[in-house]
Amino acid sequence: MIEIRFHGRGGQGTVVASKALADALMIEGKWVQTFPEYGVERRGAPVVSFTRIDDKRIYLRCKIYQPDHVVVMDPTLMEVIDVTAGLKSGGWVIINSGKDPSFFEVPDKFRVRTFDATSVAVKYGLGSKAAPIVNMPMLAAFSKITGFVGLKALLEAVREESPIKKEENVQAAKEAFEKA
Amino acid sequence: MKKVVMGNHALSYGAMLARAQVIAAYPITPQTEVVGFLSELCADKLLDAKFIKVESEHSAMAASIGASAVGARTFTATSAQGLALMHEMLHWAVGARTPVVLGNINRAMGPPWTIWTDQNDSLSQRDTGLIQYYCESNQEVLDTVIQAFKVSENERVLLPAMIVLDAFVLSHTSEVVDMPDQELVDKYLPRRKATYRVDPKDPHSFGNLTGPDRYYELRYKIERSMREAEGLIKEADEEFDKLFGRKYGLIETHQIEDAETILVASATVAGTARTVVDELRAKGEKIGLVRVRVFRPFPFQEIRKAIENAHRVMVIDRNISFGHSGIFYQEVKAAMYNQPRRPPIFGYIAGLGGRDVTPETIAEIIEDAGKRDRSEEDIIWIGLKP
Amino acid sequence: MTEKIDIKGEKDMPAMAMSLGLMDWNKTGSWRNLRPVIDYEKCTRCMICWKFCPDACILIRDEEPVIDYDYCKGCLICAEECPRDAISVVKEE
Repeated sequence: MIEIRFHGRGGQGTVVASKALADALMIEGKWVQTFPEYGVERRGAPVVSFTRIDDKRIYLRCKIYQPDHVVVMDPTLMEVIDVTAGLKSGGWVIINSGKDPSFFEVPDKFRVRTFDATSVAVKYGLGSKAAPIVNMPMLAAFSKITGFVGLKALLEAVREESPIKKEENVQAAKEAFEKA
Repeated sequence: MKKVVMGNHALSYGAMLARAQVIAAYPITPQTEVVGFLSELCADKLLDAKFIKVESEHSAMAASIGASAVGARTFTATSAQGLALMHEMLHWAVGARTPVVLGNINRAMGPPWTIWTDQNDSLSQRDTGLIQYYCESNQEVLDTVIQAFKVSENERVLLPAMIVLDAFVLSHTSEVVDMPDQELVDKYLPRRKATYRVDPKDPHSFGNLTGPDRYYELRYKIERSMREAEGLIKEADEEFDKLFGRKYGLIETHQIEDAETILVASATVAGTARTVVDELRAKGEKIGLVRVRVFRPFPFQEIRKAIENAHRVMVIDRNISFGHSGIFYQEVKAAMYNQPRRPPIFGYIAGLGGRDVTPETIAEIIEDAGKRDRSEEDIIWIGLKP
Repeated sequence: MTEKIDIKGEKDMPAMAMSLGLMDWNKTGSWRNLRPVIDYEKCTRCMICWKFCPDACILIRDEEPVIDYDYCKGCLICAEECPRDAISVVKEE
């Protein structure tokens, strides 16, 4: 079983990203389970979302305390919360940022990558320039870097989960997948 | 067709596939998506049902009773304080023998204000006479809506049913659900035919003043129907299995054949417990799990058979009857009292108000019970911060 | 009129309390000890009595108010409300 934790801020589509990842993996024949941190979501506040993946039915029903990988939708969260809390050694930390991975102080036992999902989101008009919705390009980058999901299933899931601007989201995800 | 679906939508899809004709509901966290999604399905004509907007849960159930009384297949959903407000009407729905199916998202009762899960809301309605199903997965939630209508509308039953799912742990968790084919569902669950119904062309009085000479018999008939339901739930489950390849039973057992230690749990806690049982089995421990799916009618025989040969039984309750103990614990214990073989039964309280029940919580329970010979305490609290 | 069911025990009953007692058989007129009587000479057919009767016991027959003594309990609201004092009160014997 693989467990992934998503960190973002309310309004960035973090929960939808974890759901889209689950969709894509289901298309590829996996068992999946995805859920937000149970509570009250507010725009701008840090939010957490989880996805579990397995080859067999998932019976486990609790939060994820020791994820295999983490995705960080907003680089400013790196200073606010410990995104690597409980992260397993060797796990990916994939951060939405145009900066070099070395800019972020992440312990050596984790693998760090950055991807500038914000500029992709802005390019395709996802959200506003002040508050771009980075979830789909970020998910695409994650899929490419980890190799968990193929492009075909990913795009199908992105189309399914984008409430508006489906085509723009698909194009953004495609570009992010190629670039990452 | 498989889909990644949240619990609240699985519940709604169940009502859609069952072709509910009337839906009357009032939104409350964490059930809100059910009301939202079902009203969308009605507005988009994907579901040919009358959606009645009401001003409270009491009215939601009152409207549902009215709709069911004229013979319509009726669905509603609520949670916690909403269910409590419905309480009077739940008794009415039972006495009026209206087979309404109600989805209840298990949310702890306030105050203090809370939205997270535990079972005290639904278990507080234990004695109203509703059939109660506690679900472990979103697939089971969807399937149980369809099964529940079939059982409840059977004229040997004619009792409303409550389908219970944990707040957030199921309601807001999305997972793979195999969507049953509508044609097969129609075959399994044809349109409701109600022999007794309010019909202006054939006027009758319903539920009017009934004296002590007859009320007593009417109560007996409810209890007898509850017992009928026990068999019919199994029948409906087996028929469902033939068409859809899934069955759940009154209880679900896992690794109990030679088990010396048996955990008894319900809802999603049972899923997590199962992972712990599997880990311990791999280490050679003789441990098993019983998941109570149907709580009313209480499956006495099946539970007795499942646990009578164990050396110790631990019941995990995500609920508490203040001044007594965990409610599943009380009931399991009471079921064994008159039996020739009675294993020691230990009652554990865990996960109230949405406190996470993890594999570590379950392991702690197993370890604790391993140190005890007899149950001297009626309540053992797990994870309490002293 | 619906046939009166002879209920000896639970086997004779439907699941719910349905038609266990019907107004067809429950002639509440027997509760009356004072009887309202309409004087059709004085009556103007204003139908105020029909409107006020709490038990719907004033029927309209050929545009005239007619009291249904099978069910009239003798509350005398009709007599009280009649603007022409056309309803008198007679003791039941």
